[in-house]
Amino acid sequence: MNIATSKPAPAAAPVSVAEPALMPERSLAARLRPTLDAVLPPLLVVLALAGLWEVVASGPNATLPPPSKVWADSSELITDPFFDRGGLDKGLFWHLLASLQRVAVGFALAAGAGIATGLLIGTSKLATRGLDPLFQVLRTVPPLAWLPLSLAAFREAQPSAIFVIFITSIWPIIINTAVGVRNVPQDYRNVAAVIRLRGPAYFARIILPAAAPYIFTGLRIGVGLSWLAIIAAEMLIGGVGIGFFIWDAWNSSNLSDIVVALAYVGLVGFALDRAMALAGRLVTRGTSAQ
Amino acid sequence: MNNRADFLDISQVTVAFGRSRVPVLNGIELKIARGEYVSVIGHSGCGKSTLLNVVAGLLPASGGGVVLDGKEVDGPGPDRAVVFQNHSLLPWLTCYENVKLAVDQTLSRAMGRAERHAWTLENLALVRMAQAKDKRPGEISGGMKQRIGIARALAMKPKVLLLDEPFGALDALTRAHLQDQVMQIHAGLGTTVMMITHDVDEAVLLSDRIVMLTNGPNARIGEILEVDLPRPRDRLALAADPRFVAARASVLEFLHHRHTAPGLAAA
Repeated sequence: MNIATSKPAPAAAPVSVAEPALMPERSLAARLRPTLDAVLPPLLVVLALAGLWEVVASGPNATLPPPSKVWADSSELITDPFFDRGGLDKGLFWHLLASLQRVAVGFALAAGAGIATGLLIGTSKLATRGLDPLFQVLRTVPPLAWLPLSLAAFREAQPSAIFVIFITSIWPIIINTAVGVRNVPQDYRNVAAVIRLRGPAYFARIILPAAAPYIFTGLRIGVGLSWLAIIAAEMLIGGVGIGFFIWDAWNSSNLSDIVVALAYVGLVGFALDRAMALAGRLVTRGTSAQ
Repeated sequence: MNNRADFLDISQVTVAFGRSRVPVLNGIELKIARGEYVSVIGHSGCGKSTLLNVVAGLLPASGGGVVLDGKEVDGPGPDRAVVFQNHSLLPWLTCYENVKLAVDQTLSRAMGRAERHAWTLENLALVRMAQAKDKRPGEISGGMKQRIGIARALAMKPKVLLLDEPFGALDALTRAHLQDQVMQIHAGLGTTVMMITHDVDEAVLLSDRIVMLTNGPNARIGEILEVDLPRPRDRLALAADPRFVAARASVLEFLHHRHTAPGLAAA
């Protein structure tokens, strides 16, 4: 069905784009066309891949469940993410919520500390010389390598996981903020000097807005890394959370649940990335349009 | 000390960068009277903008000093407002906010909140930009941006207005229009102006005196020309005026005969 309806779309597209400008009262179908043009291709690709997967995973020696089996095993997880039967037997919404809360706390701390440190090392040559080599080494340490030390220091799962988020996402925030501060045009600094804008007001009115596009790039990379790190960390620390849900499903050989959970993890990560990009666009509107 | 002739006193200013033995500017000596319009002209790279930056306090002089109205210049300040070549408006603020930031920052002791708002609008109206006050710099043309830059500088109530090739990046028609506006503002407010330019017509049309710099490095003041033309000046009427033509010829003679552009001389 889908393939049949989409066939005329490419040929008709140029006409439908031009027409709304002339006749705003065009039919609903014509107005929906741009949306359909954007949504249909990825939808078709997903359907094609699902079909391929169904074929490959349906053989007698297949090790992974095909989509039909995933649906049969785990339709409850997909259709009702909100159930709660106590303990760890909860819908995916609750697991995702627990993971997102950890990310929110760890990432908020990283954003605050990262922007402040970035402002410092972007402003002071001495701070750059002292801290930058250290940061360049530390930022290459993989997130999970911090977990044992973190557990030893905090002796509890929750703060350890939050620390792993913090330490993973802070580096791109620091580095991008520092680069942004260094790239504030001399013209803006001259303007600030002539009107004698100094101290906190200088940072708030000139440096932060001018560096905002860089800062948001750092935040966007940071939030993506946080999401990568939390899944891995939760597999080890246990408790409620999407990472542990996946590990738990593996231990009970519930492969279909893992497939569903992976899809949710991907969608949430995508949403986080887009939300941060949107926030960046809203806050820095104008700044990049020189 | 505060007599008319040396309101702005640039005294033996020498600027050398780094360890270079040859200074960019050498022994610049210039006195500007209150209300005077002085242009500094010279080839690219001769250090015109360097001189302006020293007066603005953005660049320290290696030797000599600048005294404005009896007070030595030891750093940038709103009494020497600069109109930068590339307008330097803050792109995240609207035109109104760009001017208001300068007003709030420099006049908050002298004026109340409502007064500062009115003063900001008055300066926007002065450069005829009141209608675009809520636009951002990215949404207006180059000439309009430069007008906002001028409004911002004037709004600080500076003792001297420093113009750093303010019309260099504009097309000829916009430039002429802005030159007329600056002449009107200068006539209306009696502001002291020091302008850096490389445009001979502009210098002759606007200035009371034209300071010609020799080629850098080691640039000095080669000659100072008094432009003895009555104000208000009209660009159309002046085009055929023999005094205008003579002044123009004498600046051109200095720039292109006695001190040819360094690049051209080598070629």
